[in-house]
Amino acid sequence: MAAKRKTPVKSRNPDLIRGVGKYSRSKMYHKRGLWAIKAKHGGVFPRHDPQPKAPSAAEKPSKFYPADDVKKPLLNKRKPKPTKLRASITPGTVLILLAGRFMGKRVVFLKQLPSGLLLVTGPFKINGVPLRRVNQSYVIATSTKVDISGVNLEKFDDKYFAKEVEKKKKKGEGEFFEAEKEDKKKLPEDKKEDQKAVDTSLIKSIEGVPDLKAYLAARFSLKSGMKPHELAF
Amino acid sequence: MPFKRYVEIGRVALVNYGKDYGKLVVIVDVVDQNRALVDAPDMVRGQMNFKRLTLTDITIDIPRVPKKKTLIEAMEKDDVKTKWENSSWGRKLIVQKRRASLNDFDRFKLMLAKIKRAGVVRQELAKLKKENSS
Repeated sequence: MAAKRKTPVKSRNPDLIRGVGKYSRSKMYHKRGLWAIKAKHGGVFPRHDPQPKAPSAAEKPSKFYPADDVKKPLLNKRKPKPTKLRASITPGTVLILLAGRFMGKRVVFLKQLPSGLLLVTGPFKINGVPLRRVNQSYVIATSTKVDISGVNLEKFDDKYFAKEVEKKKKKGEGEFFEAEKEDKKKLPEDKKEDQKAVDTSLIKSIEGVPDLKAYLAARFSLKSGMKPHELAF
Repeated sequence: MPFKRYVEIGRVALVNYGKDYGKLVVIVDVVDQNRALVDAPDMVRGQMNFKRLTLTDITIDIPRVPKKKTLIEAMEKDDVKTKWENSSWGRKLIVQKRRASLNDFDRFKLMLAKIKRAGVVRQELAKLKKENSS
C-alpha cells in the first residue's frame, strides 16, 4: 500500500453538479502531480508488485449440508441513546413526582442515567424520598433550581439500582417456616452512607434559601380553581 | 343612564380580542359605523372593529390621524401610562398578570404569607373581643 497521509485529502475536483467535475482529466493529471511522480521514477509510473499472501489453512469439507436455505436476520448495529431530556430539566431542578409511592412530592433532580431515567433525591431527611430513579414522563419540572455543585454523582448508574439476586433455596418442609420469618429485607449500610453523602451538601444549599426546605417537605396537590394548563410551574 | 365614555379621536381603549389582546390603543380616526383607525406607540396603525375595543376613561389631545411622533408626544404629555397604572382597572390587570406568572415555589410562599397574615388578624380580633367583653 502507498504511504497514507495524516489527514485524507478531500477531492481536488469539486462537483459542478452531481456527476460532473470542474476539471478535465488532463487538468486533474496535472493537479494530482502525477507528472512529478513519473519524473521521479524516470518517466515510468511506479508499480508495486502485490505482496505475497499468507497461505490460508485448507478448509475441510463440511459433514452436514442443511436441506433448506436458512434466512439470516439482517444485521442491527443500532445503539440506543438515552431519552432526550426536556430543556426545562437541568441538574438541581425541583421536580414534582406525579405517580408512584411518592406522588406529589417535590424532589431534587441530580442527573440523567445512561438508561434515560432521572436520578432523583428528596433529600431523604426533608421528605423521605431516597436516591431513586424516575421516568421523565411522570414528572413536572418546576423552574426552581437548587445549587448542586457540591455533590459527587460519579458512582451512581443503573447497575447501582439493580435488584439483589436471591440464592435459590431447596424446597423442604422445614424451610417454609424459616422463609416466613425473614420477610423484611434490611437496606445495606453502604446505601445509607451514599444517601447521607449526597444529602449533606444538598441540605446546606437548600437551607440557604428561605422557605425552600418547607417547600420540599410539602406535597403538591391541585386545589379548587387551579387549572394545570394555565399554571406556570 | 346616559353614556359616559364616547368614541372620539384621542380616546384610549383596551383591546379585548385578537392578536393585540390586552394592549392600550388610541382611537385616531373613525372609518365607518363599526370600525376605527387605531394606533399605539409599538404597533402599526390599523383598523379595528369597535367590538374588539373596550373604552377607558382616558383621552388625549391629538389632531385627526397624527404622525407617530406627535402621537407619542401627546401620550407622554397626558401621562397615559401612569394614569392607567394608577387606575383601579389598570391595577387589577397588573395583579392578574402577576398571579398568572407565579411559580410553584411562589405559590407556596404566598400560601405561607396568607396563613401568617390570617394568624395575626385572628390574634388582633381575639384581643379586641376580649377587651369588649370584659
